[in-house]
Amino acid sequence: MRIAVIVFPGSNCDVDLYEALGTVCGADVAYVSHHEHSLVGFDAVMLPGGFSYGDYLRAGAIARFTNIMPAIIKMAEEGKPVFGTCNGFQILTEAGLLPGALKRNDSQRFVCKAVPLEVVNNQTLFTSRYRPHERISLPIAHADGSFYADQKTLDRLEANHQVVFRYAEENPNGSLRNIAGITNQRGNVLGMMPHPERAVEAILGNTDGLRLFKSLLTNGSVKVGE
Amino acid sequence: MKQAMTPEEIKEQKPYLDWSLSEDEYNYISDTLLGRLPNYTEAGLFAAMWSEHCSYKKSKPVLRLFPNKNDRVIQGPGEGAGVVDIDDGQAVVFKAESHNHPTTVEPYQGAATGVGGILRDIFSMGARPVASLDSLHFGELDDSTTRMKVDGTVRGIGDYGNCMGIPTIAGETTFDPCYQGNVLCNAMSVGLMDQKDIQQGKAAGVGNAVMYVGAKTGRDGIHGATFASADFSDENATQRSAVQVGNPFMEKLLLEACLELISKHPDWLVGIQDMGAAGIVSSSAEMAAEGKSGMDLDLDLVPQRETGMSAYEIMLSESQERMLLCVNKGHEDDVRKIFDFYDLDAVTIGRITAGHQYVLRHDGQVVCDIPVSSLTDDVLEEESTEHKPVRITVAEQEPVWRPKIDDPAATLRCLLAQSTIADKSSFYQQYDSQVRTSTVVGPGSDAGVLRVRGTHKGLAMTTDGNGRFVYLNPEVGGQMALVEAAANIVSSGAEPLAITDCLNYGDPNDPEIFWELHQSVKGMAAACRIFDTPVISGNVSLYNENNGQAIHPTPMVGMVGLVKNIDRVVPSFVQQAGDQVYLVGATRDDYAGSELQKMLTGKISGVVRPFDLDGVHTTMRHLLHAMENGHVASCHDLSEGGLGVALAETLFKTDRGMNLDLRNLTGAQLFSETPGRFVVTVQPDHVPAFEQDLGDAAQLVGTVTNAHWLEAHLADSDLNLSVGELQQIWEEAIPCQMKSKD
Repeated sequence: MRIAVIVFPGSNCDVDLYEALGTVCGADVAYVSHHEHSLVGFDAVMLPGGFSYGDYLRAGAIARFTNIMPAIIKMAEEGKPVFGTCNGFQILTEAGLLPGALKRNDSQRFVCKAVPLEVVNNQTLFTSRYRPHERISLPIAHADGSFYADQKTLDRLEANHQVVFRYAEENPNGSLRNIAGITNQRGNVLGMMPHPERAVEAILGNTDGLRLFKSLLTNGSVKVGE
Repeated sequence: MKQAMTPEEIKEQKPYLDWSLSEDEYNYISDTLLGRLPNYTEAGLFAAMWSEHCSYKKSKPVLRLFPNKNDRVIQGPGEGAGVVDIDDGQAVVFKAESHNHPTTVEPYQGAATGVGGILRDIFSMGARPVASLDSLHFGELDDSTTRMKVDGTVRGIGDYGNCMGIPTIAGETTFDPCYQGNVLCNAMSVGLMDQKDIQQGKAAGVGNAVMYVGAKTGRDGIHGATFASADFSDENATQRSAVQVGNPFMEKLLLEACLELISKHPDWLVGIQDMGAAGIVSSSAEMAAEGKSGMDLDLDLVPQRETGMSAYEIMLSESQERMLLCVNKGHEDDVRKIFDFYDLDAVTIGRITAGHQYVLRHDGQVVCDIPVSSLTDDVLEEESTEHKPVRITVAEQEPVWRPKIDDPAATLRCLLAQSTIADKSSFYQQYDSQVRTSTVVGPGSDAGVLRVRGTHKGLAMTTDGNGRFVYLNPEVGGQMALVEAAANIVSSGAEPLAITDCLNYGDPNDPEIFWELHQSVKGMAAACRIFDTPVISGNVSLYNENNGQAIHPTPMVGMVGLVKNIDRVVPSFVQQAGDQVYLVGATRDDYAGSELQKMLTGKISGVVRPFDLDGVHTTMRHLLHAMENGHVASCHDLSEGGLGVALAETLFKTDRGMNLDLRNLTGAQLFSETPGRFVVTVQPDHVPAFEQDLGDAAQLVGTVTNAHWLEAHLADSDLNLSVGELQQIWEEAIPCQMKSKD
């Protein structure tokens, strides 16, 4: 499968996603600029972390108006895998591909550290290689990671098993129901604040994120039904 | 636009004195260099370019003491940053710069733009910045203004570096009352490049274009360079107009655009330089001087975000996120297209001319027409008088202070809560330390370590400065700054390559302060020669005073080391139970300037004693040899708080303990700060090889245990401490102080 990593102005984890997919997992991956209009030829798309448009106005709020967005939305509608981490997650909520919003951390401060997570749903394209309710550790690095949605939406997310990752011990940002990552109802769009791409090599001290990419590379060509 | 004053009015009213240009300098410029009176714009340009910040006119004679060459040095001082060969056609590029005055006045923007400025120095060389470090020195945390400054500085560094996507992987933060009115914020950036991509800040080739790229010019930061070259007082505590405002998003775009131009189209580009202190004038004049060219600029073409700016304001603005390029004639449009892609301005504002005149036009008039070299090379070096401070002569006569420690356990608990020693994770967790996924060792260790992608190499880096030792004995203190940095680099298993520095001092017109500068540089230079770590870049920050009270002389050493095999990086915390514990290096009664002295007496005093620099170097060489052969399980260097604090730190965040026989040390010696020492643990099967490498320098003192306790027998007492309890004290001290409402 061929994977696109989108480069928005101010993306800065684009290299990390590219290296995790290409160098570590041996996947077929290419950068695609936000100027482009098409993702024809790609089987999956990834939105990296960083500070698209400097987080001005609101994290992800301007990136959703870029040329490439309609192509990303089209892929989501076709059931192809769409993944966003950190700023990528923020952009996916701003674009309406995922419900809810990411608010400023309760601490009002940027926080970078490894946090324990629970894999709440291992029945997704992205998590099939994790055990049910497995405890893993992934780095976070954000100032706006406090997940918010109204009660009805939160209940619906839980009922549909759309909550994929939850903060397991401490809640580092004030996210409601300790939510760290969610999918859309169909299960082909995943957004998460933690950075699995930072945890794929033993030399960097953590490989808990590797199975997310391996899951996707195994399952990705399977189109998710309506 | 008309000039604000006529040349005659300038001669009469002497406004240049407020810009820190002396009457002698003004007369020399008028009589000797120009043969006429300078106009208002010209006088302003001279004041900025001849400021200490730009010209080093005071410090130059002292800076010549530094070695700045060896086989690995590709580029020494004089360009945006220094460049060192790391084999395989690659190079590491690094520099540190102070942003003390802006950070003192407006901590958030001061620190943020400090990071932004040093990053531009790195990518102007053609290198991609891969790591940031900082060295921060504040007053004590019991002062609410200081807490506000700490918080603002940390957020400023974090917000800029995080947005740029460059990990902040190491640094230091210390506290002492001497920094209360004058914060030190030194930022260091490290970049990686292929040697073939190296760039110069050069403008040459008659007819070639001078292009302005990046953010528009506003009135912010005018006179930043002269601001940095004068003392602080309560009067100018609100001197905000001189502080710049940062836009890291703009800088990220500028970085990508410049690196794309440099790596893909080197043939279009003649030279590139950051617009740092003294903005357009310093970058353009220095590039013209480097290329031995003349230059003709039309200031009406400079992108501006304010109206009605005078030539003087345009030239001296320190608006951030701007670069100056010299582009081969005919490629102006090609260059513009690259910057267009990133939504950045790229405008031709002038041309290289024959001859050596620096000509500026504004509103259809020539507002400056002077020789390039008059701005850059003809600066009058200032002779300085110096003498040994009375306090040092007095201290030499006084009896040596010797602490008596009856309860070393209680002393250790208290030391771990001292803000300079306590855990800094509440600060460094606000920095993204992992972006770019190459951070092998992040903040909180002896040195930060990055892997170099596509190779088996790594780079270790650290910043170190301890003003207390330098204050008590500038020459030995200067040596200690270098030794401490080298110890941090070696602790992680790397070979020291070279250093950058920020020389932070008070007003050099005070002969005692100039003596401090001279002696400490002499000490650093001697140590640099012994460790073969030349000074490849750096900056000088003088006039760090508040209401006439100078900071401790605080030379900051930023060192980079090469890890030959990234799999052999040595952790700073203990590994397996059963590993043998060694103390490397001899312990003496060294308490002058120590954390122990500061804690027990409330001040520092005495004389810091000389030490065997050659011996320390030899020990480190042997230690590194043992590490490179895989004989060392962990290593941590001894610094503030001595052996006692170092032992605790090697156990934190592990579930191990230690059982130690330290009966040749007293309770007081547990906290002595003799330089050049390490706690090392060694797996039992590596003991013979390790002992052979280290010889007498390593003393076996005990064993790593599975119990989470630090147990030690000393000459005059015993220690038996829960590591968990110590860690809690160490971790809670700073968050607790930062929350204080006093």
